[in-house]
Amino acid sequence: MVGTSTDSKLETGVTGKQATKLHDADAEGSELMSGGDMLIRALQDAGAEYIFGYPGGSALHIYDAIFRQQKIEHILVRHEQAATHMADAYARATGRPGVVLVTSGPGATNAITGIATAYMDSIPMIVISGQVPNALIGTDAFQETDMVGVSRPVVKHSFLVKRAEDIPETISKAFHIATTGRPGPVVVDVPKDTTDPDLLAAYHFPASIRMRSYNPANKGNGRQIRKAAAALLAAKRPIIYAGGGVIIGNGSEVLTAIARELNYPVTNTLMGLGCYPGDDRQFLGMLGMHGTYEANMAMHHADLIIAVGARFDDRVTNNPTKFCPDATVIHIDVDPASISKIINADIPIVGQVATVLKDLEEIIGTLRAKNPDLPDATALTSWWQRIDEWRAAHGLDHQMQAEPGKPILPQMVIQSLYRATGGDAYITSDVGQHQMFAAQYYKFRKPRRWINSGGLGTMGFGLPAAMGVQFAFPEATVACVTGEGSFMMNMQELSTCLQYGLPIKIVALNNQALGMVKQWQDMQYGGRHSHSTYSDSLPDFKTLTEAFGHVGFKVTDAADLDAVMQEAFSEKYKNRTVFVDVWVDPHEHVYPMAIKGGSMQDMYLSKITSSMQGDYM
Amino acid sequence: MRHIIAVLLENEAGALSRVVGLFAQRNYNIETLTVAPTEDPTLSRLTLTTQGDDSKIEQIMKHLYKIIEVVKVIDLSDSEHVERELMLIKLRAEGSAREEVKRTADIFRGQIIDVTPTGYTVQLSGPSDKLDAFIRAVGKISIVEVVRSGVSGISRGDKVLTA
Repeated sequence: MVGTSTDSKLETGVTGKQATKLHDADAEGSELMSGGDMLIRALQDAGAEYIFGYPGGSALHIYDAIFRQQKIEHILVRHEQAATHMADAYARATGRPGVVLVTSGPGATNAITGIATAYMDSIPMIVISGQVPNALIGTDAFQETDMVGVSRPVVKHSFLVKRAEDIPETISKAFHIATTGRPGPVVVDVPKDTTDPDLLAAYHFPASIRMRSYNPANKGNGRQIRKAAAALLAAKRPIIYAGGGVIIGNGSEVLTAIARELNYPVTNTLMGLGCYPGDDRQFLGMLGMHGTYEANMAMHHADLIIAVGARFDDRVTNNPTKFCPDATVIHIDVDPASISKIINADIPIVGQVATVLKDLEEIIGTLRAKNPDLPDATALTSWWQRIDEWRAAHGLDHQMQAEPGKPILPQMVIQSLYRATGGDAYITSDVGQHQMFAAQYYKFRKPRRWINSGGLGTMGFGLPAAMGVQFAFPEATVACVTGEGSFMMNMQELSTCLQYGLPIKIVALNNQALGMVKQWQDMQYGGRHSHSTYSDSLPDFKTLTEAFGHVGFKVTDAADLDAVMQEAFSEKYKNRTVFVDVWVDPHEHVYPMAIKGGSMQDMYLSKITSSMQGDYM
Repeated sequence: MRHIIAVLLENEAGALSRVVGLFAQRNYNIETLTVAPTEDPTLSRLTLTTQGDDSKIEQIMKHLYKIIEVVKVIDLSDSEHVERELMLIKLRAEGSAREEVKRTADIFRGQIIDVTPTGYTVQLSGPSDKLDAFIRAVGKISIVEVVRSGVSGISRGDKVLTA
């Protein structure tokens, strides 16, 4: 049925007659256009630069509109999930929303994992899905899925656009909702007849959007901010706990300024890495399940925690009932529902991170001008002494001892990557041990440089994410740290890399197993490796990459690691996609690791030591 | 503790499913739910009752407010309010029981809205516990069918919930 109606549309022509019609205007001077053209025009007017997508029946009118314009570049992926991750990473790296276009049914459902990934990490994204024609909705038509229903729990909002004339305003609203407040993905489901090339309507793109039901907070409450400033300056053992919200909310600069002004220690969540310089003395590293010893100890012993754009995730707090017993908690977040959800906030502040921090900085300045003895310098000195002792005792440098002739340690690969890229690359990652090693050992100095799926933990994210970043910044060095397991979840995109000449570098920590699963099985299931290994059936990644038309390396000896890494990032391969397959010690675990059910200070520090007894095996 | 939450939301397709979906998704419980357009046809008013301690109710309110179509949210149980529920109940009423059923309905200020030789249908409104009490009073044996509307509520005095 769909086929027939489409064919009849083609007979009447999208050719010459249609093209002239596009320049007709209505009585008020608005251009008349088809829904398909309106959709693309609205995306242009909203500032979209790329569309990451994959065509199909219900989206064909829209694809034809793309063909007849020049402003937006469409990137053809090999799987819709990859399109969503590319758009997502484009947004993470630039701060501008990514745009995805998929067809109905399987196109839409394939996009769900990527939508959920963006939702969990509060990433602005617009997903346009084709839908079967209005008249066929609900009839179990070919390639029909209730996209609004299927995506509902993993979107910030969604629209079903039933009429062409509603398209411009809907797109404008979608961008407004996706990018303001706590950002997130917005789905726009477009039935095929809405984009019919023969049905023309007037195009009005609203420059600004006002909705009575949607007014996200901007400025924080002044009284609360004054209370927070006073508490901050009265603290004896303070710590700044900064999350992804600082990056999304463009608050890195002012956060860094406040931390430096007060000489307070800073820890970042997995999502927050880069919002404070990772190589700075005041930086304690990541906190939480695989956080550093000093970060977790400092959190546990703090008398004041200022949480900024962080949400006390279970991977951070460990057991919430044992969380940081002495700490007064200040919590700044744009989403009121994140405040006092897991840990009760003593001083909650709802507002845009950057706005609130600027107000806070000003009040701190005023208070210190009146009383230059704040904060207590003696208390702060002894607090730093304790932190430095923790750092010296069990800092990350103690985590690895490479031995000659032994397998390459995965941590060494990250350090080698850090050297080869001057610590200044965009690093995307997949999910698992390699992700934690990258988070621990690559010292991110700037925001938006560390791109990973923190909330949902989506394997297969890394490769398309690197591609999305490279599209955003064609000249930048972009590397994907992955594992052989994660890589194989979206490796079809190597073909897309060739099509668009993307010079991304893929560094695989190949341990011939699902490393993090295996680690848990080692630690909690008596070493029974249930379905976490496949070493006898892995492809040779070097030749696999070469088959896709790229450059491949394989490293098995630690002595070759730095040289290969340098070569991969050298001028020689400036315009090539490169895959570096590094065979690492398959027995290595990620440490520290939180002891389940404990407080933040309860950590395994190696296979034989823990912070609780020093020795547990 | 039982809370009565009133929500004003845009009268749009899909808005209700977001509210109901939220409760399923976040593992909250809906005991009763009632929804209809207001005097402004672009707005619907939804009243639901749920159970939870203060922190859970706070989270429910915050998450309801995050739904884009939700305009206003209020916990009516926070202050003085009036709540009413409507019940239509079909009762077996034969022989000596016939007079007893009518008497009980009168005591509860119910109205008989349908009559057959073997039964009555009674309409009763009031707070939920009054409806519960009526059901107990007539006894299980005489009940044929029960329809309850779920709770509606409104604040006392000058306090109003408007867009």
